[in-house]
Amino acid sequence: MADAAVELVGVRKEFGDDVVAVDSMDLTIRDGEFFSLLGPSGCGKTTTLRMIAGFEYPTEGSVRIHGVEMGLMPPNQRPVNTVFQSYALVPHMTVFENVAFGLQMKRVAKADIESRVRRVLDQVQLGGRAEARPSQLSGGMQQRVALARALVNEPEVLLLDEPLGALDLKLRQSMQLELKDLQSRVGITFVYVTHDQEEALTMSDRIGVMSEGRLLQVGDSQEIYERPKSRFVADFIGDINIFEAVVTKEGVAKLDNGAEVRVPDGPTGGKIALALRPERLALHRQGEDVPPGRNRLGARIARRTYYGDVFYYDVDAGLDQLLEVKEENRPEIGTHDVGSEVTVSWSVEAANVVSE
Amino acid sequence: MAKTTRAAAAAAPVTPELEESAARAESRRGFLISLPAYIYLVLLFAVPLVLVLVYSFASRSSTGLTLLENWNIDSYRRLFSPLVAEIAVRSFVLATLTTLVCLLLSYPFAYYIATRSARARNILLVMVMIPFWSNFLVRTYAWRVILGNDGLVSQISRLLGGDEVRVLFTNTAVLIGLVYGFMPFMVLPLYAAIERLDWGLVEAARDLYANGWTAFRKVTLPLSMPGVVAGSILVFIPSLGAYVTPAILGGGRSILLGDYIVSQFLTARNWPFGSALSIAVMAVMLLATVFYFRAGAKTL
Repeated sequence: MADAAVELVGVRKEFGDDVVAVDSMDLTIRDGEFFSLLGPSGCGKTTTLRMIAGFEYPTEGSVRIHGVEMGLMPPNQRPVNTVFQSYALVPHMTVFENVAFGLQMKRVAKADIESRVRRVLDQVQLGGRAEARPSQLSGGMQQRVALARALVNEPEVLLLDEPLGALDLKLRQSMQLELKDLQSRVGITFVYVTHDQEEALTMSDRIGVMSEGRLLQVGDSQEIYERPKSRFVADFIGDINIFEAVVTKEGVAKLDNGAEVRVPDGPTGGKIALALRPERLALHRQGEDVPPGRNRLGARIARRTYYGDVFYYDVDAGLDQLLEVKEENRPEIGTHDVGSEVTVSWSVEAANVVSE
Repeated sequence: MAKTTRAAAAAAPVTPELEESAARAESRRGFLISLPAYIYLVLLFAVPLVLVLVYSFASRSSTGLTLLENWNIDSYRRLFSPLVAEIAVRSFVLATLTTLVCLLLSYPFAYYIATRSARARNILLVMVMIPFWSNFLVRTYAWRVILGNDGLVSQISRLLGGDEVRVLFTNTAVLIGLVYGFMPFMVLPLYAAIERLDWGLVEAARDLYANGWTAFRKVTLPLSMPGVVAGSILVFIPSLGAYVTPAILGGGRSILLGDYIVSQFLTARNWPFGSALSIAVMAVMLLATVFYFRAGAKTL
């Protein structure tokens, strides 16, 4: 496969005797894509990144970059660069010296170093701060120096370890856009590690969701959000209702309140878990028409929470848990009072059957 | 009544005056806490130092008594004699060598300790400090046995078919003794500096194509400079004024500053000159320390 930037084949990483950080990892990251590894802390995403960078070596399996087996190749010989979570700018070097470091190590001609460093510093809007020490810069600026220091080497793959984690919300959002723009401009493959699902959804071409050392699902943002395959992926990304049902025949399942609903084709019997996003559920007043073909349950509003742009309703449909429903705050939709009787509806395709 | 005024004061808005008086109270408390240390230092350090300074300008009777009259700077003039210069240079060279050897031996060792697991680290640090549990004099005499004509070194040499090794009562023996005695003072600050190093920076250097050695030279070493500076000062200064080790292992053959000062007070009975020597050594050490700290700060 010529257009694979990074391939992980059967990768397993153990620390000590009893800690398995990454297990049975098979992943192909395409050339030029913005790929995110998403998962809670401790899920093995950073270890995966460090194995690509060469700071850790897999206990089993292989890491290839553009088809070349990395084996025990040390980090300095790999065609990748890393943007570290803590930036890792060398404090006794100026911004210029930090950015020039990689080129100096590669013995690039002095004049070339000068012009390339200047260019990349301009690119990250730090042209005027070349002589500053990292400690004299704000967090956002340091972040951009770290980015410039990696990009100036024109690596085949850029590894980013929660690079925006230390920034405040506003700055993080603007840096997200900047990073995405930059990536499409330079065309370098980005492997981006984050625990922030929104960041992953908005920036990535594709996302790999990890949990407890395993890669659970790989797909583009919409697939990951709308078609989660497992309870973990469904639960980790966004809000979701997950409730149990028993399939009575293909396409029909019985809920624990006794109601029968139609479910996507697939399982022909046994227990399943249905996952439904709050915004895919609709509420209807009594007597209001429900569009045909939708599943419906009678319910009562148990709680209403105002979020400004939306209302969240917790509705009691007789299931073992309340269902969460999200409705936009628009006059034509109207609101429902706590205690009122309503009908909850959803289209058959909106529900996902997820594995445990 | 007193109660109400205090309550009123507590409820009063915070004014610059109030803040100032609170700050004053705070600094008063700080002074009180450190008072015992102040008293200790003044009595046992500042007062003797002033005495030494006063004595260095005093005169000496023909019988060797110190006369607190006829104040003069003769003792300081004598500092520029060739004999003093020779002793000073010899001491300086020896202290420099001791510091260098300590540094070269200690850096890899401190690096090794700092990169072990927490458990191994503690064991190794205790091992560094174990020698302190026995008397310095005893340990130095032990070296006399090891380095002596029939000592361990000679025996090993003979076993290997060589001659007996004459080390004892040479400058080499003194160097060995000083390095042995002061090495913990080098290891500990180096360890402290390397241990708190941000290894992410070393990884960053490796990521930017530096090989292990270059990453050490460009990142690890500069970042551990505070430890190098502190350790070097802690070794250099006592080496420069060392007395016990040269006396035991050097056999009094080549006189160092420490011996020379002691002999002025005990045998030559020239306290003013001994005092002037002490003051001069202290002044040089102070200057060297300031210079070294400045140089160390610049590399950071």
